[in-house]
Order: sequence, then structure tokens, then C-alpha cells
Amino acid sequence: MAGAEPPTGPTRRGVLETGVVVGAALTVVGSGAAGAAEPQRAGKTVTRDIELDVNGMKRSLTVDTRTTLLDALREHLGLTGTKKGCDQGQCGACTVLVDGMRIASCLTFAAMHEGDKITTIEGLGEPGRLHPMQAAFVERDGFQCGYCTPGQICSAVGMLEEHKQGFPSHATPNVAAENIPLSDAEIRERMSGNLCRCSAYPNILAAIKDVAKVGGGAA
Amino acid sequence: MRPFTYERADDVKGAIRAVAGRPDAKFIAGGTNLIDLMKVRVEMPAHLVDVNHLPLAKIEDAGGGLRIGALVRNSALAADRRVRERYPVLSEALLAGASGQLRNKATTGGNLLQRTRCFYFYNSGMPCNKREPGSGCSALQGMNRIHAVLGASEACIAVHPSDMAVALTALGAQVEIATPAGAARTVPMTEFHTLPGTHPEVETVLKPGELITAVTLPPPPPGGQAYRKIRDRASYAFALISVAVAGDQVALGSVAHKPWRAAKAEAALKSGGSPAAAAHAELAAAHGYGGNDYKIPLIRRMVVRTMAQAKEATRA
Repeated sequence: MAGAEPPTGPTRRGVLETGVVVGAALTVVGSGAAGAAEPQRAGKTVTRDIELDVNGMKRSLTVDTRTTLLDALREHLGLTGTKKGCDQGQCGACTVLVDGMRIASCLTFAAMHEGDKITTIEGLGEPGRLHPMQAAFVERDGFQCGYCTPGQICSAVGMLEEHKQGFPSHATPNVAAENIPLSDAEIRERMSGNLCRCSAYPNILAAIKDVAKVGGGAA
Repeated sequence: MRPFTYERADDVKGAIRAVAGRPDAKFIAGGTNLIDLMKVRVEMPAHLVDVNHLPLAKIEDAGGGLRIGALVRNSALAADRRVRERYPVLSEALLAGASGQLRNKATTGGNLLQRTRCFYFYNSGMPCNKREPGSGCSALQGMNRIHAVLGASEACIAVHPSDMAVALTALGAQVEIATPAGAARTVPMTEFHTLPGTHPEVETVLKPGELITAVTLPPPPPGGQAYRKIRDRASYAFALISVAVAGDQVALGSVAHKPWRAAKAEAALKSGGSPAAAAHAELAAAHGYGGNDYKIPLIRRMVVRTMAQAKEATRA
């Protein structure tokens, strides 16, 4: 019976994790040589022991100080839901929530986030208990390839919370207004930090509107 | 990226002590521009002092205006009720910049210190006097559609990319600075950033080890306010040009090495000139480099349009 046994073939996650271990071993073996081969500047790799609070769990790790929060999540903690797109803050694929606020995890160092509460797509929900925003993206078909989706969803959750707190946007006709209706133009402007190369924008918009209507959004 | 040591500072004195006397050390706050530049090896600090936990994140009423802590995030500043009601031009400028994710990280102090988006400054394979003094300016004869038309030099035609700083300049803000000697000094926004001259690598009057602690706003000037920005996309792009108007005070963005207070335009307005005449007066000294020639007529029209918008805002 196919369904009775756990799958035995290689999984994407398994391959990635093996890759991380091999990569780490190479780094240890090669660190001295790599330092010497670095022509531009002397300077040894600096590591630091840090503790991160990710999805409600305290995780201890040793990172090179240059490790971005994005790389710490993916390469050290195996949380590969958070995606690396441009790695320079332009695409939004790496969006996570830090203390409830959406940020680009590629433009911040992991060592700067001790004491912060970090929520990734894995912490928002999982199969069987999806976050309302995840469910809405499925329902509305808010993706094609799916690469930008975790970032879109984390960003949308953070965006609705910002709106709840009364944040105006560039699409707000009068920034001093008390109540700002979440129009299509408002949602599009507020989500402009998340690119989708498949151009699933109309369905992303529909998914976000579904969740906004029932007042959801909190992580 | 070059390896670096890292420490988290708990107080202003400690942070300054950790950076002063170490030319290879830098403060890091939001990091949205510094980390970007570290990745391409334009910035190569050997030591980072994390100032995010200093007690500088409050917006306080002060002297009829506001005192904005250097660590107030761009999103928090744009959403502050007092800013939205009394300094809407600042709120509008902040919201016209970057994305939601970046505004949640970027700070008031860091925004002032962000560096130019000149393509050649980012490309370490090309000469750039700002990145490597004495190597030459690739933009003079290169792709220069985003470059300066006012106050540039033969050494550098880069522009300061901030939106926020343009509004602060129009509003007559001041920058509060803590010094390594334990003193505090205040510099008007108009004097905080420098023109390139023969030293484009110098961008502000900050001395080594000095830390921005706050930005203060005087009471808003009488009259309406407005911020308008022209960019290549409808959202999330740096300005090609921008205009901030607060009453009779006007500043221009992405036209020079610094946020540009349009003093000549203001003088023309004061002596009864029309907005078009005011813009004309300001642009008498403007100079294009080919790719950016379009900016000069565009600024003229944008000044007129933004002043009209500010006037409409007064009536509303």
C-alpha cells in the first residue's frame, strides 16, 4: 500500500539539508586557506554564538557575523520557506515578521536579532492548520511558480497589521485622514515591495482582500 | 563581504567610544543601505557597532515643533499623528520612499546618511571619485540620466537619493549630533550635507565618531504643504526629481549632491514673483550632462505643480 509507508525517496528538504552539512564541513576544512586566498583584504572570519527566537522556539547557533537573517534561517536552521530572490532588498521574497513587523531578512544581520521574535512562513501555519492568508492564497490561486509566495504572504500579514494600526501609504489621498479604506490601490501600493515575476498580482490582491474583509492578519 | 567584528551598544557614550578613533568602524542602525553596500564591497567596515538598542526612538513635542529620535523608523515617523497633521510633507515624502519592508527598518538618522545610487559608485569595476578618490568620474561621460543638475563638480555629479531629507530641508529641520568629547551640536539640514567639490567622498559635516541623536522640526510654516516625486515606476523607485513645499519654503530632491533648498526660488516668491518665475530663478545655474538634461524643464514644471498642490492643501 503506497499510502501506508513513509516516502523513502529523496526529498527537496533532505537534499538541501545534506547540502548544508557538506557545505559546513567544507567551510571548516577550508577556512584557513580561504582566508589566505582572499586577495582584497586581510581579516579573519569572525563567528558569534547567538540565540534566535524563531516561530516561538529558541534556537542557538554559531554564525559568521556576516550572516544575514535570511541565510541564518535557510542555511543554519533549515527554514527554507523564506526565499532568497535578489538578496538586495528589492524583491521581497525574503520577507519575514520581526516583532510583528515585516522586514527584508536579506538586509539585516542575524546577530542583530537576538531578543527579537521572528516569524517565518513556517511559523504562520502549516499543512492542516493554514494561516487565513495562506488559505486565501490557495483559494484564490495567488501564485504560479510559488517562489515569491512565502514573502508575499508574510508581507500581506504584516501589511494588514500596519493598516490596522492606522499607517497611511503613498496611495492615501490625505495622510492626515483618520480612517483609511483599504482600496485596491492602497493594497497594491502597500505590497509594492513584493515582486511576482509570474505576475499573479490580480489573484494576490483578491486573496488579501478576502482576509482583510474578515479582519484577519495577525501572525 | 569583508569579515567584521560586531558589538551591540547600550548607551550613546559607549557607542561613540566604540567607533571614535577607529576609522574602520561604523555604526549600524536599520542597515538597509549599509549592508547592501557591504555586499558589493563599496563599504568595508572591520567593526560594526549596533546602535539599534540606544534610547533614541521617541518622537517628542519640543519648542512648538517635534524632536524625532535618530532611531525612529521611517514607517513610525510617517504614521505619527502629529507628523501627519502638522508636517504632512514629511509623511508624504517618507511614504514615497522605498517599500513597507524597508521603511520598517530604515531610521531617521540612517536615512540622512544613505549614499548615492549612482551606478558607477556601486560598480567597483569602474572609476568613481566618491568610492575611490582620484580615480575619476565615470558618470560625466557615461549614463547620467539620474544625476545632478545643480551644485555638481567635475569630480562628481552624483545625487543624494533621500525623499525624507528633502521634506526635512523644506521644513527647516536641524540635526542633533553627539560628539566624542561628550558634547552635543546642532546643524541645520541645509548645512548637514556637503557639495562634492574636489572631495565627493565627503558627504556630510559629521566628524569621525559623531552620532546623529535626533532631528528637530521647528513649528510648521504657515501655508500648505506637498511632496511630489517623479520616478521610473509608480511605486518603489528612487526619485528622478522630487519637490517638497512647506508654505513659502521649497526644496528639491535628486537634483544635487545634497537635498537642495531652493533659496533663490524662495527669494523670488518673496518679492512677488510667480512660481514659474521662482523656478526659473533657481534653475539659472542649472547644468545638464546629456542624459539628465530633461531634469531642468521637468523641475521647472514640478515646482509650479507642487506649489499649486500645496496651495490646494491649505484650502482643504
